Amino acid sequence: MATRTIGEGVSLTRRKSFSETYIGGWIMTIDHKKIGIMYMITAFFFFLIGGTEALLVRTQLAVPDGKVLTAEIYNQVFTMHGTTMIFLFVMPMLTGFGNYVVPLMIGARDMAFPRLNAFGYWVVLFGGMFLSISFLFGQAPNAGWFNYAPLNELTTGCGATAVTCTPGLNTDFWALGILMLGVSSIAGSLNFVVTILRLRAPGMTINRMPLFTWMVLVTSFLLLFALPSVTAASILLLLDRHIGTHFFQAGAGGDPLLWQHLFWSFGHPEVYILILPAFGMISDILPVFSRKPIFGYTFVAWSGVAIGFLSFTVWAHHMFAVGLPLVAQAFFATSTTLIAIPTAVKVFNWIATIYGGKVRFTASMLFAVGFIAMFLIGGLNGVALAVVPFDYQVTDTYFVVSHLHYVLFGGTVFAVFGGIFYWFPKMSGRLLNERLGKAQFWLMLIGVNLTFFPMHILGLLGMPRRVYTYAGNLGWNDLNLMATIGAFIIAVSIMLFLWNFVITLRSGEKAGDDPWDAFTLEWDTSSPPKPYNFEVVPTVRSRRPFYDKKNPEIADWKTATH
Amino acid sequence: MRMPKIRGVKRWITIISAILLSSILLAACGENSPSIINPKGPVAAKESGLFWFILVVATIVFVAVEGMLIYSMVRFRERPNAPNPRQIHGNNAIELAWTIAPSIFLFAVLIGTIYTMFNLSNISGQGRTIEIKVVAHQWWWEFDYTNDNIVTADELVVPVGTVIHTTLESENVIHSFWIPQITGKTDVVPGHANDKVFSADTAGTYRGICTEYCGLQHAHMSFEMRALPQAEYVSWLHNQQNAAATPTDPNAVAGEKIFSTSGGCVGCHGIVGVDLKSFSDPAAKLKVGPNLTHFGSRTSIAGLVLMWKPQDCVVVTDSSGNPAIQNPSGCGLYQWLHDPQAVKPGNDMLIGKLSDTQIAQLIAYLESLQ
Repeated sequence: MATRTIGEGVSLTRRKSFSETYIGGWIMTIDHKKIGIMYMITAFFFFLIGGTEALLVRTQLAVPDGKVLTAEIYNQVFTMHGTTMIFLFVMPMLTGFGNYVVPLMIGARDMAFPRLNAFGYWVVLFGGMFLSISFLFGQAPNAGWFNYAPLNELTTGCGATAVTCTPGLNTDFWALGILMLGVSSIAGSLNFVVTILRLRAPGMTINRMPLFTWMVLVTSFLLLFALPSVTAASILLLLDRHIGTHFFQAGAGGDPLLWQHLFWSFGHPEVYILILPAFGMISDILPVFSRKPIFGYTFVAWSGVAIGFLSFTVWAHHMFAVGLPLVAQAFFATSTTLIAIPTAVKVFNWIATIYGGKVRFTASMLFAVGFIAMFLIGGLNGVALAVVPFDYQVTDTYFVVSHLHYVLFGGTVFAVFGGIFYWFPKMSGRLLNERLGKAQFWLMLIGVNLTFFPMHILGLLGMPRRVYTYAGNLGWNDLNLMATIGAFIIAVSIMLFLWNFVITLRSGEKAGDDPWDAFTLEWDTSSPPKPYNFEVVPTVRSRRPFYDKKNPEIADWKTATH
Repeated sequence: MRMPKIRGVKRWITIISAILLSSILLAACGENSPSIINPKGPVAAKESGLFWFILVVATIVFVAVEGMLIYSMVRFRERPNAPNPRQIHGNNAIELAWTIAPSIFLFAVLIGTIYTMFNLSNISGQGRTIEIKVVAHQWWWEFDYTNDNIVTADELVVPVGTVIHTTLESENVIHSFWIPQITGKTDVVPGHANDKVFSADTAGTYRGICTEYCGLQHAHMSFEMRALPQAEYVSWLHNQQNAAATPTDPNAVAGEKIFSTSGGCVGCHGIVGVDLKSFSDPAAKLKVGPNLTHFGSRTSIAGLVLMWKPQDCVVVTDSSGNPAIQNPSGCGLYQWLHDPQAVKPGNDMLIGKLSDTQIAQLIAYLESLQ
């Protein structure tokens, strides 16, 4: 019951409406902060599911001739591990950060389209649930996260002759799930683009936006241009499977490579969609804990734009072994090598930001630095994969598995934890426990290297990816066991985080509005912020508006030249 | 200067590098591995040469960059009462320098890449090039020696030092043809005529592996490449070109009967001299299983899911006077014939239950197919 006094001695009592209840307040919300938190919690839930799938994979492969999973279940588990981590963990997690942080960073009161924002979230939740309930039918997707044709086709005519490919609902769950999640991403991206371009506080020019906001903008454009391709591919696949078309069937005049081109011209921009927001977070966290502005703001921002453009020209480096003409392969080797240049520029600028600073070793900073250290490995073995003749040897082996996990786990996941430790006080008003955070960081660093470094060598020793078992006489046993031990160390570090999360919410240290002495606008309001974010919309005169406010004598707009 | 924090960092660096180093050492012990850094042919040698080149470049970059990172962290860590650092926003000259520096490294790598790429198939060997049509099945490999009129399964036998030209065909999904010690991979794509050139320069047995995920039993789609000295290869080839020998041993005669009864093994498998007139008999196209004409000369079963040797599969007479395998659990062929679906679930060999006597007779027959 809600009671409201409307005059002296007169009060009005009515039933609370649903949106006034605690649960209803979340379900009915169109506040970007609540939606952002729901995105992140949902994403973390799927991170735990995807992580469990990873542990199942590693348990099966711990020893040769593993008997934990059958071939059929293993194939479903590894497919869903990739699909879950990419589409249901990393993408919604980064969207959640963007939702929560971007409007605050640019001094806006909400996203441009709050209802569209809520719609985007609920589609992700239901799309994710739709993909995951496939396990209850025993028919989870089982053709790999990139779901190659013609293995993804139904029962007959999938190749030159009539053979069984993937009957059952498995691939239908995948295609429909991806379509649903695509709808959500398009809605979210449009919202980000309009919000960032139209709702910035007075004085915040494009060139004064925080770098996380910059990278969310670039990522949103990538999504808008990349998603149509995988959407088309999924629809063509469903037509092939259920209407009797033959887009990907060689025997009937179609071409299985069409799938690969369509998928990877989405899939490679997608890789940068998964990492660019992480670049942005790092670019905002490092300066605060180094007590210096980002080194080379313009270069950091525009190298992100350059990566965005180039990411549309590299897709066929996933296809070096399919027999493309050598000239085409040389082109894609060149574009892939080129994309390493803006990436290297970013790394150098991050290090230069730390250099000459006053470095505070908070958990958030450790994760940010860990990100640079691990991402560098993922970048170097990525360049190795652009070396076409070497790629012929290691593509589709554990070398690639190592590469993509150094980028996505060593890179994105480290950045995500850096971001969680950094912005959690703003979201909850409480500081996560630093000691537990640092323990989590060191365990995770050890776990990641113990899991993924040996995979380089497994790849060199000829172990293909996506095998549910392997023979014991090929020299792969010890390295696989190491990787499995590492995976469980990572699991322990995640448990530490969950523990930290629970005790912080119950009895964590109060954060105050600005625990890190930070530079950007989200810290210039209460923790957590009121639904309207700012009592007065701030006016911006430089790239570090909150720094200026706290240091009026040496404000950036007085001393710097931008 | 006291540096308590650094000691902690040093300890972790030591531990991590010990782990990394030991993993590399462990790798060196894997002498049975189909290792790409232990090449046995000119194509793989060029590819592994590039690996060492990249490893050197990457190591230099790795040490330099991680070194700068750690140095900056340690050198500029927060000290009590230290003043705020100078607020430096950037420096265009430095930006230019570190845009150009990695470009030089990357350009060097790119030149090496493109040069090697266009020269990879540029190999020469003695004698004529051997043409082999590779057909990828779910989940085994068929090798059709186009000019020599023989067909083998899961065993690719070639002479040392001769150039092999393979054309790659798939009858179903995409597979990938890879022999790590001999050559990198090329996908086997339905509707695309991919090919591959390679040779072996050392006699030996090398593992071939399917490396494109191709469904349920992708894990069990390997093959063996045997590189033989020229003379041995010639005698192997002549033997393979013969029709199957007629069995004499009574168990083998009984085995042949089981094999060739209608509704028996001949429904799926061909043997030249039994149900096929020659390797190029059009009837062979209707057989979904491997050609078994010289099965007795092979040692692998069904994509290397099992191996077998005649000496592990000795046929004896049991107490009731029937033929039996002496040690069934040590005989790969017994396990396969006993229950192929348990060994490799989902494969196309769907057979009724065979008695131990029938299995022993079949094995006696298959062994005779030298």
